[in-house]
Amino acid sequence: MPKAAKSDEQPVLSTEDEEFALHNLQDALSADRRYKASKEELLHFYEQMLLIRRFEEKAGQLYGLGLIGGFCHLYIGQEAVAVGLQSALKGGLDSVITGYRDHGHMLAYGIDPKVIMAELTGRQSGISKGKGGSMHMFSVEHGFYGGHGIVGAQVPLGSGLAFAHKYREDGGVTLAYFGDGASNQGQVYEAFNMASLWKLPIIFVIENNQYAMGTSVKRGSAETHFYRRGTAFRIPGMDVNGMDVLEVRKAAEIAIEFVRGGNGPVLMELNTYRYRGHSMSDPAKYRTRDEVQDVRTKRDPIEHAKTELIEMGVSEASLKELDKSVRATVAQAADFAESSPEPDLSELYTDVLVEQY
Amino acid sequence: MAIELKMPALSPTMEEGKLAKWLVKEGDEVASGDILAEIETDKATMEFEAVDEGTIGKIVVAEGTDGVKVGTVIAVIAAEGEDASDIDTATSEAPEKKPKAKKSEAAEAESGNAKSDGDAKDGMEQLASEVTPAAPEVPDGTNMKTSTVRDALRDAMAEEMRRDDRVFVMGEEVAEYQGAYKVTQGLLEEFGPRRVIDTPITEYGFAGIGTGAAMGGLRPIVEFMTFNFAMQAIDHIINSAAKTNYMSGGQMRCPVVFRGPNGAASRVGAQHSQNYGPWYASVPGLVVIAPYDASDAKGLLKAAIRCEDPVVFLENELVYGRSFELPELDDHVLPIGKARIVREGSDVSIVTYSIGVGLALEAAETLASEGIEAEVIDLRTLRPLDKAAVLESLKKTNRMVVVEEGYPICSIASEIIAICMEEGFDHLDAPVLRVCDENVPLPYAANLEKAALIDADRVTQAVKKVCYRD
Repeated sequence: MPKAAKSDEQPVLSTEDEEFALHNLQDALSADRRYKASKEELLHFYEQMLLIRRFEEKAGQLYGLGLIGGFCHLYIGQEAVAVGLQSALKGGLDSVITGYRDHGHMLAYGIDPKVIMAELTGRQSGISKGKGGSMHMFSVEHGFYGGHGIVGAQVPLGSGLAFAHKYREDGGVTLAYFGDGASNQGQVYEAFNMASLWKLPIIFVIENNQYAMGTSVKRGSAETHFYRRGTAFRIPGMDVNGMDVLEVRKAAEIAIEFVRGGNGPVLMELNTYRYRGHSMSDPAKYRTRDEVQDVRTKRDPIEHAKTELIEMGVSEASLKELDKSVRATVAQAADFAESSPEPDLSELYTDVLVEQY
Repeated sequence: MAIELKMPALSPTMEEGKLAKWLVKEGDEVASGDILAEIETDKATMEFEAVDEGTIGKIVVAEGTDGVKVGTVIAVIAAEGEDASDIDTATSEAPEKKPKAKKSEAAEAESGNAKSDGDAKDGMEQLASEVTPAAPEVPDGTNMKTSTVRDALRDAMAEEMRRDDRVFVMGEEVAEYQGAYKVTQGLLEEFGPRRVIDTPITEYGFAGIGTGAAMGGLRPIVEFMTFNFAMQAIDHIINSAAKTNYMSGGQMRCPVVFRGPNGAASRVGAQHSQNYGPWYASVPGLVVIAPYDASDAKGLLKAAIRCEDPVVFLENELVYGRSFELPELDDHVLPIGKARIVREGSDVSIVTYSIGVGLALEAAETLASEGIEAEVIDLRTLRPLDKAAVLESLKKTNRMVVVEEGYPICSIASEIIAICMEEGFDHLDAPVLRVCDENVPLPYAANLEKAALIDADRVTQAVKKVCYRD
């Protein structure tokens, strides 16, 4: 071993300013945690969250009927995350990428529930012509880049989307969602390093729903405070209550301002909870029914928004009407998804390559 | 001796064009470099220059004529001392009838360029309608210069980067170090750090970033220092790049090029000496290219960068420094998915790619001295594979040997053999043999390494065996 050069100098520690640089976004959020939404805005968030929940409930039913096959990961309980974050993005400019639990992010982006549901049932009119399925859906038109089935892959891919924004100097930012499970993948840290080194305009969004499949956070992660995991790469972290759509929205604004300003990435941990199993075939042996029930009754993001709307003077009757219309939208999507034809057999051979050789 | 001017192919895909305008008339003296005519292709109007000196004897195809097939005689130049008016166009040679598989520059040079093997036919109409020769990949009369494969690859990247701002190159040591194998030499100086990007040693991560950037609309060239290290990144190459277009129902493209040296180098041992051609060639959604010489390296890398699909571009370290003829064209782009006959022969076909081409040509020389004429086919693209070229050659020679610097099991060689069994059985006069590396991890010791790798001698022996001459 070569002898290390001995230095009299102390190792360079972070100065207070540098420490502040990694904490200042969290400090800004702590100072003012909630977005001040107008009644109309909150109503809109509520409607979007409700649409995701009713859509996912229906998807669960269709799965039970055998109309949806394979893997199907529901977003129930996590609705405030996608709605709060994506409401702060610039449509037509920014980009979003996520893993396989992707229905909610698409609905939050205003993508037609019909073509999403038809993809789940594997039909020609599905958003991927029935060739992708629940985990592999994309809408380049909406700046939604999937829908990726390999845990963690979306993190470097999202960094690549952010790279493209920076390269083109178009002012766009990328939201890359991943879970507490994906947070332990090596490629996530490779991406953190390069994103920070190159100051890429990306927000790394960890949706901590407390379980990586059946492995609870504390059984799988040495550092359970995920927002701290960017520190080694000098990425500021934010710890956000993912069950409150207005806190999520507020955090999004703080992060987006920082990232769009050319300051490099932000790592945001959204504490949330998945009510349903990891996928449809989850035995649910790793947690108690009481634990789930406790979150449902005390922290549900939709109930929370509903209470607030009533306090703002929205009538229960009009909320019932809204629920009815959301249910109708979902029922139409399900009808469409059931009645659309399967892809033509010729589709087997299309879209393998773009060009002819 | 009168010189025929033939309709040139002005792009790799051009089959016919419009003779828009003659800029000379019969009786005009022309010198090399003079612009003779304007020719319109589907993409652009190009100027057609004289390569030879002389007097325009006869203009055969009038200006304004549409759909003039490549190779059609459009005018005749009388050489010095020849009377232009004596030239009888009716006796002029017909454009060459070429095999469907495109003929190589090498083969063309051997056959004496303009030598015709077709029947002499009267009248241009007949010629144009009945004979549709494949466009030569490099137009006749193109000036050639000598270039190493390394420089040809660099020039391909530089030209595409000048042409399209979306193209950039990233990888380990591609910028300030000038490339671990000097393939990116000079690019940083010309294009700056925005477009020539050094990455940390983090293959999985930067392959993902490159793939994501392609999804986001850019045209990344991701260099792997060698393809051995791309094993760390193979998930993004296959799961992210290759499958997205299909999974998205054709919505989301991924026009990325993954390139770098592949195959055995020299004395670097088992972990640094593997041919991944068969691995990637088995994956739907990928294009896999493995060129041998400088012209193919340049023309195919340019095509790969422009291609809308994800491309794995496999180079070979041992070939980087070899020099070859390289056409001096402003835009030398070659077709993906087409094999090339690098040497014509009638007794046996040797199908190969990458560094195997050199060994096959060496073996073919030896065999020729013993009276066996081997046809050497360079596959160039491994996916999609040019089955037609393989079967066409088999039909002609009825015997085949596949030469591949790589493992024999589940190889390109085994695929070629399967194709011959399934679709060429009636043309086989002997079993197809493969010459591949030994089925062991590559050893370090010089003698063991030599024993493990293919060489020309093994090719010669295998050919003699299929020719029943051993």
